[in-house]
Amino acid sequence: MSEFHLEPKRSDAIEKAAQSAVPVTGTEPASFVKQLKGFWVTFATMFKKPNTIEYPEVKPEVQPRFHGRHQLNRYEDGLEKCIGCELCAWACPADAIYVEGENNSEENRMSPGERHAKVYQINYLRCIFCGLCIEACPTRALTMTNEYEIADDKREKLIWEKEDLLAPLRNGMLMPPHPMYPGSDHHNYYRGEIKESHPSQDVNQ
Amino acid sequence: MTDSTILLDDPGWIIAVKGLLIFVLCVVLTLLSVWGERRIVARMQMRLGPNRVGPFGLIQALADGVKLALKEDVIPKAADRAVFILAPIISATTCFMAFAVIPLTGTVNLFGEETVMQLTDLPVGVLYVLATASIGVYGIVLAGWSSGSTYPLLGGLRSSAQVISYEIAMGLSFVGVFIYAGSMSTSDIIASQSHWWNVVVLFPSFAIYVISMVGETNRAPFDLAEAEGELVGGFHTEYSSLKFALFFLAEYVNIIAVSSLATTLFLGGPSAPPGLGFTESWLGGWFTFIWFFLKVLGFFFFFVWLRGTLPRLRYDQFMKFGWKVLIPVNVAWILVVATLRLMTQQGASQFVIAAFTGGVVLAVLLAMSVYDSTKKKAEERAHDVGEMLEPSFPVPALPTIKKAVE
Repeated sequence: MSEFHLEPKRSDAIEKAAQSAVPVTGTEPASFVKQLKGFWVTFATMFKKPNTIEYPEVKPEVQPRFHGRHQLNRYEDGLEKCIGCELCAWACPADAIYVEGENNSEENRMSPGERHAKVYQINYLRCIFCGLCIEACPTRALTMTNEYEIADDKREKLIWEKEDLLAPLRNGMLMPPHPMYPGSDHHNYYRGEIKESHPSQDVNQ
Repeated sequence: MTDSTILLDDPGWIIAVKGLLIFVLCVVLTLLSVWGERRIVARMQMRLGPNRVGPFGLIQALADGVKLALKEDVIPKAADRAVFILAPIISATTCFMAFAVIPLTGTVNLFGEETVMQLTDLPVGVLYVLATASIGVYGIVLAGWSSGSTYPLLGGLRSSAQVISYEIAMGLSFVGVFIYAGSMSTSDIIASQSHWWNVVVLFPSFAIYVISMVGETNRAPFDLAEAEGELVGGFHTEYSSLKFALFFLAEYVNIIAVSSLATTLFLGGPSAPPGLGFTESWLGGWFTFIWFFLKVLGFFFFFVWLRGTLPRLRYDQFMKFGWKVLIPVNVAWILVVATLRLMTQQGASQFVIAAFTGGVVLAVLLAMSVYDSTKKKAEERAHDVGEMLEPSFPVPALPTIKKAVE
């Protein structure tokens, strides 16, 4: 048996234990003046600035690398970075991510390379914001924003679809599907050599 | 013309108006004091407190009341239905009754009628307040008993023991006031304080009253009957909806009632502080209400301050304090007051009175030093002999156990 035995100690055992113990001094109540000090503490605290942040009006600043809601990023010409590889879904310990990949074709090119995500869902009822999905992503398609106001009143609303997660189009970006930058292949994209869209990529023109 | 004779010729409708005004005042004060308490305690804890509903969150308490009223009213199966329903009603009604004898203003003009904002002036006014307060305890005891559940029963038991023992201290602290005023009527007591407020003359009585009023109203640090940490909610654990709201109302009206009583007995009621007597005629006498209100607010702040500062007492320490400190000290103090009073009435000379006072002070000092030295001796003896806790039963080792023998 180990040293943890559960039988009650006999009284000589108590004496042994007591010998090594340091006697507690100052158990008598503090002086009256000292007791009144507590009243001063609470009284003085009334005139200090409260720690409360008035949340909905004042939004607290979070750290730059705060794990907020996810975002699916784009290349500079507007093509999606996500290649539908499902590594994020595999990495997710909470099983919050669901991805369905699809082949890119000439008419329907969402991302450079072979594949893109047809369906991309993150269930924020399950997500624990650990960031393992971000570490798993091979193309930096999935990152986290600083946005933390995700709460909602319906379970259905907390399953975010691909269009909810996709980064907005910035200046110089074109809404996919559209062809890749002329004269480039997916390697140019991965190396970050595409800086803007080319007029020939605009299929609506 | 004294207050009691002014009150005698009040027509019935004036009495009805006053009754209504007192009721409205109590309810509104309750709403405001719930808000005020939460705000003040919040500031003491570096929080903001309720500030959402209405300007500065002022109608938060009203919103809470509406919420409570709309909630489901649960009566447990094990509860004694009739008593369960009766208990909050007893609690809430009796606490209002105390206000009948408390003068809220000096002489004022109410709809062309010369009167005092006091419903009635009983010759035994203060005893009447004590009586209503002790009936109010029935509300708590019966609530605890009729809930048919363990925690409420414990809470009710504690509360009854607590209120009964602190009512003794409270009643005894009135005795000094009665001796000085020569009357139990609230208006006479206020009149007797025209020269010096009783808080100066009878400070020990005042101190004991202030302590026992906190015990009487079940407020922190004496809130053993509710004791969220130990008894869930104590006597009102099983209560919900409006019945719970009634208990809530009763608690706050009670606080205002005991504060008003303290104001009446020790702080000169609605009369102005010394040196500000000229303000008593402002607004046709209604300004005296502001003085009364400020004094009550002062007591209310004290209640909140206590709650923000002190942790809850252990039950046995609390009872020990009541029976072994407050009551004996009070009785001794009453003896001194009575003797002094009798001496002045019998026309004893200044020298005799001064000698008696000096003797009392010396006796107290002597008693204290004897107590201190015997205590110290006992401690030393315990240390020398190596007298220590040697339990005959197995217990875990305590760090306080001293061992003198090597």
